[in-house]
Amino acid sequence: MTMAFDREYFHLGVLDLLSRRDTCVHRLDPRTKVIATLLFIVTVVSFPKYEIMGLLPFLLFPVLVFGLGDIPVWLILKKVLLVSPFAAFIGIFNPVFDTEPMVTVSGIAVSGGWISFLSVMLRFLLTMTSVLLLIATTSFPGICHALRRLGMPELFTSQLLFLYRYLFVLVEEGMRMVRARDMRSFRGKGQDVRVFVSLVGTLFLRTMERAERIYHAMLSRGFTGSMRFVRTVRFRATDLALLAAVAAVLYAFRVYDIVGAVGRQTERMF
Amino acid sequence: MSHHLVEFENVRFRYPDGTEALKGASFRITHGESVGIIGANGAGKSTLLMQMNGYMLPSAGTVTIGDLQLTKKTRPEIRKKVGVVFQNPDDQLFMPTVHDDVAFGPLNLGMHAEKVQERVLTALRTVGCLDLREKPPHRLSGGQKRAVSIATVIAMDPDILVMDEPSSNLDPKSRRYLMNLLKKFEHTKIVAAHDLDFILEVCRRCLVIHDGRIVADGPAGEILTDQSLLEENNLELPLSLQSRSVPESVVARFDRRQVPE
Repeated sequence: MTMAFDREYFHLGVLDLLSRRDTCVHRLDPRTKVIATLLFIVTVVSFPKYEIMGLLPFLLFPVLVFGLGDIPVWLILKKVLLVSPFAAFIGIFNPVFDTEPMVTVSGIAVSGGWISFLSVMLRFLLTMTSVLLLIATTSFPGICHALRRLGMPELFTSQLLFLYRYLFVLVEEGMRMVRARDMRSFRGKGQDVRVFVSLVGTLFLRTMERAERIYHAMLSRGFTGSMRFVRTVRFRATDLALLAAVAAVLYAFRVYDIVGAVGRQTERMF
Repeated sequence: MSHHLVEFENVRFRYPDGTEALKGASFRITHGESVGIIGANGAGKSTLLMQMNGYMLPSAGTVTIGDLQLTKKTRPEIRKKVGVVFQNPDDQLFMPTVHDDVAFGPLNLGMHAEKVQERVLTALRTVGCLDLREKPPHRLSGGQKRAVSIATVIAMDPDILVMDEPSSNLDPKSRRYLMNLLKKFEHTKIVAAHDLDFILEVCRRCLVIHDGRIVADGPAGEILTDQSLLEENNLELPLSLQSRSVPESVVARFDRRQVPE
């Protein structure tokens, strides 16, 4: 249990390390990447319930980013798989309630429920991968700064930045407490819920105290209520061009039946 | 230069739970002095430091920094003069990158971006951490965190540098580096620590605090060699001044041989 916890913690930092690479994707203005990802997600989600074929061309986007951004595919997919049960829960009842046969694949009738379930999973894969890729190529603080520049209230962005900064500190503190408990509990004694609850309570109190010390440190350095940054990211012509291209391709994929067109084209050729 | 003065006059402080941590502390520190504050756990060292930049206001008595008496109103001005380095660097470094963190203070002082940039680079160069500027604090080692913490404070160019346990959790090399760094600073320095050798090396003057009162004040060389004074206050001689004791078993064997028949 503890080992799994430790291992997960080290994985937590991997996206952070990936975001320090230097590729053409990493160098883009964070705002470009945030807007492009949002457009991508909205387009993917906007398809009708039973759509599968129309969604397939969108896989091209993550594949491109994986390649250009030099991001290990398996690492991101593992994280997507880890949270996939949540998506599966959303769609799992579709095959039960929607049993109307819709298409026949090599003699077997497939119900509308299964099709919509597949569609949900496909959308989940696309949106989740794109968000993880955004973090892996932009870094969490980069995204926060982008959101702030795009008009998100400062209160939210500074909360997110604090979350990012202290997540690691908090996890480490929790880990130390769990380790200390495990070393002094034998044959299941000391591992029960009561001990766990008091552990969480202590962690909470410690966090409160730490928050107070941090606030003290901020006041000592002249904090007056707003977080300031010196940032020199430039929104260049390439950013604008790229954003326009992404929007155009997304629109094309959404409106035209690309898979069908490619299919007809191949049929005509042979 | 009266504006680098730190003066405590009969300062008392009572915590909300009723514990009286300071029971009338008085002293005066002038420009350019380096002062160590020593005392047992719970003697009131940290409480004393917290009064210096107004995180806590005295329940009675006065604290004067430069020509300003510490009150709620003068507190922002006083914070510009007094830079505090906290004991735990994780509390001190709260921004996403080292650069942002060092820039935090100067930006709050309302400086221009170029001037801020210059301050940040100078401060990081002074502590030897220029290469770390794009790193997030959680990827730094303990020694690096400490050095960056000091940079965040000197970037604000304070007159007075206050440090709480600067050498705790440092490996010997980082500790040595920090000592040499502090010796170079010309600020007024006030250092609270249990590391008496550190104080002996960095500070010229030393205050001993016991049960909320200043019980001794003098040159560090004198105070830190006064064994009876130190032991009365739950302290001991700095390790470098203690003679290495011979293990008892060796003494016993030696004694047996010497005993005449």
